[in-house]
Parts: sequence; structure tokens; C-alpha cells
Amino acid sequence: MASKFTVSNRTGWLMAGPAVLLIASFVILPFFLAFYFSFTTQRLVSPNATEFVGMANYRQLLGVATVTLDPVRDDSGAIVMKDGEPEYPSLRALTRNNPDRPDLAGMREWFSFSLGGDSKTFVLARDVVFMKAVVNTFIFVLIVAPVQAGLALGLALLINQRLKGINVFRAIYFMPVVVSIVVVSLLWRLIYDGQSGLLNNLLGAISFGLIPPIDWLGTPSTALGSIIAMSIWQAVGFHMVIWLSGLQTISPTLYEAAAIEGASKWQVFRYITWPGLRNTAVLILIVITMQAFGLFSQIDVMTNGGPLDSTQTIVFQAIERGYGKQDISTGSAISVILFVIVLSISLIQRWLTREKT
Amino acid sequence: MAMIAADNRGLRLVTRYAVLVLIAIIFVFPLVFMLMSSLKPDQQLLEDSSNLRAFLPVGDISLTNYYEAFQRAPVATFVFNSVLVTGVTVALSLLLCSAAGFAFVFVNWKGRDTLLALLLATLILPFETIAIPLLMMVAHLPWVGFDGLSWGWLNSYHVQIVPFIADGLTVFLFVQYFKDLPGELIEAARVEGASWWQIYRKIVMPLSGPIFATAAILKFLVMYNQYLWPLMVTQEEGYRPVMVGLQYFFQLNVAWGEVMAYLSLITVPVLAFYLYLQKAFIASIASTGVKG
Repeated sequence: MASKFTVSNRTGWLMAGPAVLLIASFVILPFFLAFYFSFTTQRLVSPNATEFVGMANYRQLLGVATVTLDPVRDDSGAIVMKDGEPEYPSLRALTRNNPDRPDLAGMREWFSFSLGGDSKTFVLARDVVFMKAVVNTFIFVLIVAPVQAGLALGLALLINQRLKGINVFRAIYFMPVVVSIVVVSLLWRLIYDGQSGLLNNLLGAISFGLIPPIDWLGTPSTALGSIIAMSIWQAVGFHMVIWLSGLQTISPTLYEAAAIEGASKWQVFRYITWPGLRNTAVLILIVITMQAFGLFSQIDVMTNGGPLDSTQTIVFQAIERGYGKQDISTGSAISVILFVIVLSISLIQRWLTREKT
Repeated sequence: MAMIAADNRGLRLVTRYAVLVLIAIIFVFPLVFMLMSSLKPDQQLLEDSSNLRAFLPVGDISLTNYYEAFQRAPVATFVFNSVLVTGVTVALSLLLCSAAGFAFVFVNWKGRDTLLALLLATLILPFETIAIPLLMMVAHLPWVGFDGLSWGWLNSYHVQIVPFIADGLTVFLFVQYFKDLPGELIEAARVEGASWWQIYRKIVMPLSGPIFATAAILKFLVMYNQYLWPLMVTQEEGYRPVMVGLQYFFQLNVAWGEVMAYLSLITVPVLAFYLYLQKAFIASIASTGVKG
């Protein structure tokens, strides 16, 4: 291929140049700038000179420590109880101006757990909101990637049947994909509404009023789940189409042979369809994972990260700081952290799904 | 016996269609709800959502909400901005990315393979990871316009267009497609003395309708539905596109009828366009899944 065509450096650069230059300036350059800004105190507009601060932004975002404390005891040695729970020494004494623990200065409680016994371990983080954002994003990805890929495969198999009018159904299932996620999010805010939402009305009707109305987006335990369900609803048609094109690359002669051999439906899927979809599966998993890590619009339109930070995400935090607070350096550091996460996960996925020889 | 078998087949067919229809309802009900609600006064809209009337055009039906939506926000400006930004970006993207694809496949030049590898590497960069440094960058770039030299691209059309003209995926799609074209044809034309421009214009372009359609549709969907980027770079409503314009409708007192009217207004044209070119839309998404 390489030397088949006449050499023409001028034409090559002239034709590819504009696109290459644009991609270099607006994709590759900002990528490197993210690393650079993350080591500084860069702000969008600032009267002060920008300083180089090394890893300080990363330490501020990712700083985590644990402290194990024994409960407070009174003079007789009995554990002091408060509201039915053992009372523990104040964490503030450790995190505020404590000369013995300079490493804990400025940290806040993230969560705590007890490994039996009276003592309790407190996990402290320098940036609790960011930590919650990371956890929420991982929950989102870990649920959305398999569920959406699985449902999309189910739909693709359904649509791959030879039935009259099947194309109409394919067109309908794909419809939400062309609708902006911003529009979808606002629309679903009314569906999830705590009082007059369609979902509450539906649940009330099918349970004859047994299920009380729930404020789906206003309750910390249901907000993220509601966003997950809606996101899958919107995007599943996209991956259905990719599975479908994978299904259509499988040779029909294989199915004919299986029919002659009298294979069951499950056997056909297990030994013909699934092996034939290998490459598609890898691709879909990587694409969904990458898309899911970018979770932003749904949050911005529906919850703003709330209630109680239960829907904070990595990208939402990057934008809130980089744009909202004009703190380019922290926003860039979050971007770099996100990139490292996405890259490692797609490398792991590639390694796990590699061709075994 | 034969009759029972036929009955069974009939029953199986009915079950299959029932499943398909049930799933179809799950995918369309929010959109039907949006359209119907856009025609109703707020009071009735909320009352209707407790029963099936939510999905029917019944009661006090009018276009009042649409009128009110235009009163509340400069809707026409938002639509104009979206159409302009999307149209210009799609056109320039097709031109530059197809030219690049052509150069990568048909022309032999120094640096070709390295640059192609570099472009493919950008495919693993989600836009979200470069948005913040890009914001910083465009806030300080120079621009030469009709009023001479100015600094900073914020609040303009070009800040919404230029960064999105070229992208790795579009170039890659053209490269994949061009690779399957008959190379001998191009070589023969070269031998005959045709210029590169003539080859591109007269041989490659006429053979490449499907890939141009695919690239245009993908770019259109990305550009028209953009939210995060215009949200950050357009503070002046004169430059805001439709998706950012939505913000005017979800402030504290949500007037749901107006919201639904605005949502319908910005969604229905895209849905109509999709239903009209349904096969091409689905084919373009499918082509992003072709493994290279």
C-alpha cells in the first residue's frame, strides 16, 4: 500500500495539513496543557502571577488518611453513650492546628467503619466532595456498562428476527439516541417528579396506592439510580445498532449448519452467535465505559450534584471548579485524573479480553 | 395435529409482536408525553399526568405554550445560532476531514504514517478530559475578524465552530472508506495526467456518497446536541445555541407547559429528519462500530 501511489509531499501536506493542524491545536495541545496547568495555580483570570506548585493540587484532591479512635470513657471506665451510640473523641481536635498530626490538617470525615471491638476507624479525606464524586462515577460506570451492553444485545437479538415490520421497531428503539441528553434530562425531571410525576402515578396505580410517592431525584438513595435508569433508556439504542452490525457479520451458513445438527436456541447463541460477537463486545464495552465516565449533562440539568452530594461526578466537579470557580489548575488536575482512570480501564479491558493464544 | 401446530405458530407470532410493542412503548412514551403536554395549560398538564390522558391531545388544547416560550426567551436567536454553528461546522468538517482521509490513503508523503497513528491515538481522549484546558486556551487566543485583531474567543461563533471542525473519528471514517475504493482507478488517472484535485473531485467524491452522509449525520448530532462547551464559552445570549437556551426554562418556577413546548420545538425537527433518513442514521452509528 505504502508505495503504490506517486510520492507527493506537497499534496499530502496540503490536503491533510488543515485537519491535522486543527486536531493538534484543539485536541492534542489542550491534553498536554491539562498536565501543565495541573502543576500550577493557574486561574482563568487572576491578578496574581501563576506559580508552579508541583503535586500540590493532586495532594489536595486525593489526600486520604485513616485514624482509629477508642470511645470516650468516663472516670469509672464505662463507655460514654450519646444518642444510643458510643461517643468518640472529636476529630476536629486532630484536624485543626494539632501540632502532633500536621498530616491531618484540614481533612474532613469521609466515612467510618468498625472492625469489631469498641474502637472505630475514621477515613478522612482532604476533599470529601471529590472522593464522593469518584465513588459515584465508578458506581455509575459499573452499573451502566454491563446493564446497557446486556440490554442492547437483547434488543439487537430481538430486532434481528425476520418479522414483518421489524424495521419500524428498530427505528423506534433507536429514537431516543437522536434526542439530546439535555432534553431527555429535563423531560425526565417531570417523569420523576415527587408529586405529580408520571412514574409515581404509574407505581401508585399498579400497586393500588400501596407505593407512596417518592421524590426520586430529591432523595439521596434514589437520585443516582434514577439518573442511571434514564441514561440507559437514552443510549441503549446506540449500542443495539452496533451489536446488530456485529450480528450481521456472522455467516448464515453457520446457522444453517446448526439447524441441520438440531442445535437448541441456547446452543446456537453460546457456540455461534457469542463467539462471532467477540470483537463487537470488546468495542462496546470500551465505548460505553468511556461515555459513562463523561457523565455531566444529566447531573447539571437534574440534580446539580445533590442531594447531599449523592450525584456528584468527576466531570461535574472538573467543570464546577475549572469553569464555575475559574480554578483552571484544579479542573485540569481532575481532568488528568479522569484521563488516567479511563486509560487504565480501557487497557485492563483490552488485556482481559485479549485473544488467548 | 396440523391445526394445533398452526395455532401455536400464530400464538408465538402474537407473543413476539406483543413483546416488541411493549418495548416500543417504553421508548416512545416520554416523547409522546412531551408533545402532548406542550399543548396543554400547566394545570391540566399536571392533572392529566395521573392517567392515560397524559398521552392524548385532549382537553384545552392550544399553541399558547409555544407563544409564551417565545415571550420568555429569545428562542429565534437560539435556533439561528444552533443552525449556523452546526451547519458551518458540518460543512467544513466534511471538506477538511475528507481531504485528510484522501491524503492518508491515496497520496504517498513523508510523515503520513506517523501522523495517522497520532490522529488515531486521539480517539481515546474523551472531550471531557480536555474541556477545561481548552477553555483556558480559547480565552486567550487571538482572532482576526472584521473589526481587526482581538484577544480571547469567548462569546463568539468561532469558539463554537473551530475546535470541532476536525476530529480523529471523522478522519478515521473517511480513511476506512477510501481504503476500499479501487486504488487502480486513481493510479490510472494519475498516469493519465489528472491533477490531485481532479481525482478528488471527479473520481473519489462521486463514489463516496454514503461516507459523506455518515460523517455529516454524526457531526450534526454531536454539534446540535452540544451542551457543556457552549455553556462555558457563551455567557451572552446572542451567541447561545438551543441546548444552552434551555436554562431559561428550568429556573425556580418551572412552567412545565412552556418547557415542553420549547423541548418539542428543538427536538421535533431532529426527530422528523431522523425518521425521514432513518436508514442513513442507523447506518452511520453502525459504521462507528466497524473495527479497524
